Amino acid sequence: MQKNLSVKVWRGKQSGAFSDYLVPRHESQTVLDVVTYIQRHLEPTLSYRFACRVGMCGSCAMTVNGQARWTCRTHVAKVAMNNQLEISPLANLPVIKDLATDMSVFFDKWAQAKGQFKGSTTRHEPFAKVLPESVERRAANAGIECIGCGVCYASCDVVNWRPQYLGPAALNRAWTLVNDERDINQTERLRAVAGDAGCHVCHTQGSCSERCPKKLSPTTSIAGLKRASARAAVRGKL
Amino acid sequence: MSQDLSTNIAQARRWYWQRLSAMVLAICVLIHLAVMIYAVQGGLSAAEILGRTQGNWGFALLYTVFVIAAAVHIPPGLSNIAVEWWRWTETSAVNFARLFGLLVLLSGLRAVYAVVVP
Repeated sequence: MQKNLSVKVWRGKQSGAFSDYLVPRHESQTVLDVVTYIQRHLEPTLSYRFACRVGMCGSCAMTVNGQARWTCRTHVAKVAMNNQLEISPLANLPVIKDLATDMSVFFDKWAQAKGQFKGSTTRHEPFAKVLPESVERRAANAGIECIGCGVCYASCDVVNWRPQYLGPAALNRAWTLVNDERDINQTERLRAVAGDAGCHVCHTQGSCSERCPKKLSPTTSIAGLKRASARAAVRGKL
Repeated sequence: MSQDLSTNIAQARRWYWQRLSAMVLAICVLIHLAVMIYAVQGGLSAAEILGRTQGNWGFALLYTVFVIAAAVHIPPGLSNIAVEWWRWTETSAVNFARLFGLLVLLSGLRAVYAVVVP
């Protein structure tokens, strides 16, 4: 292991430039450790976002050597090339400053995709019984661990080509609710996720599933939405 | 064109037509390849091909279905390329792609006619 790591970090907003830093190398060092070292010791005005540091909150995603990654769980040893790192903000999102992006569009699209649960019962009624082994419950389970980090959204070519596209995370969220038998907003949700801003423009390239740090498969969820909305369209319910 | 080409239902319909035609194409391509691999063993000449196809209504039916499936399958994908890479509007992309599909249909059916009708 080399003594120092050579790091390029994006400074600025949408336009800006990379600055160079030398960071001491440690065992089991994560990319977030590197960014934190730079801010605490070399560049106090560096802006970046993190919270939990243990892969739960989804705040610290950045582009590391060209790929979107969660930086708190990404070891330098795994991603450094020739002892070098290049760290920039997530793609497909407006940059606020340095490594911090504006995630509002990303989360607004979750709302547009009807990502809110809407039930028909109140807290005064008994719990719904959902069979754990039912097909729907298992489909929902497969997508439900999303931490909203935006890695899939930043890795998606279709988001780049069609800025209106809801993106993998929002559609994955919608798919978990399509499979929630308690939800009563199904037709409205399918209407929201079909069409040229929704699931039908996905090319099934699978970058989202390839890069998802939680190993979810938004591609599978989107394929499910395509089938569900095609069925609804055939029945004239879309 | 009276219907709105960019509505969600129109998109969903284009998607399932593309998928259905893909299933038909998969079968047609397999038959086409199998016949080709079998037939090429005796050498490949125009006379031999026409000897097999002319007056053969089985081949006529197969390739007519093949051409129709291709003409249905191409427009949705082509319109996506036009929107995403060439930055066309949805309506002009879909109309252009449909015209192209029509061209594929006509030239394909003409080719089937040429090799089947003696």
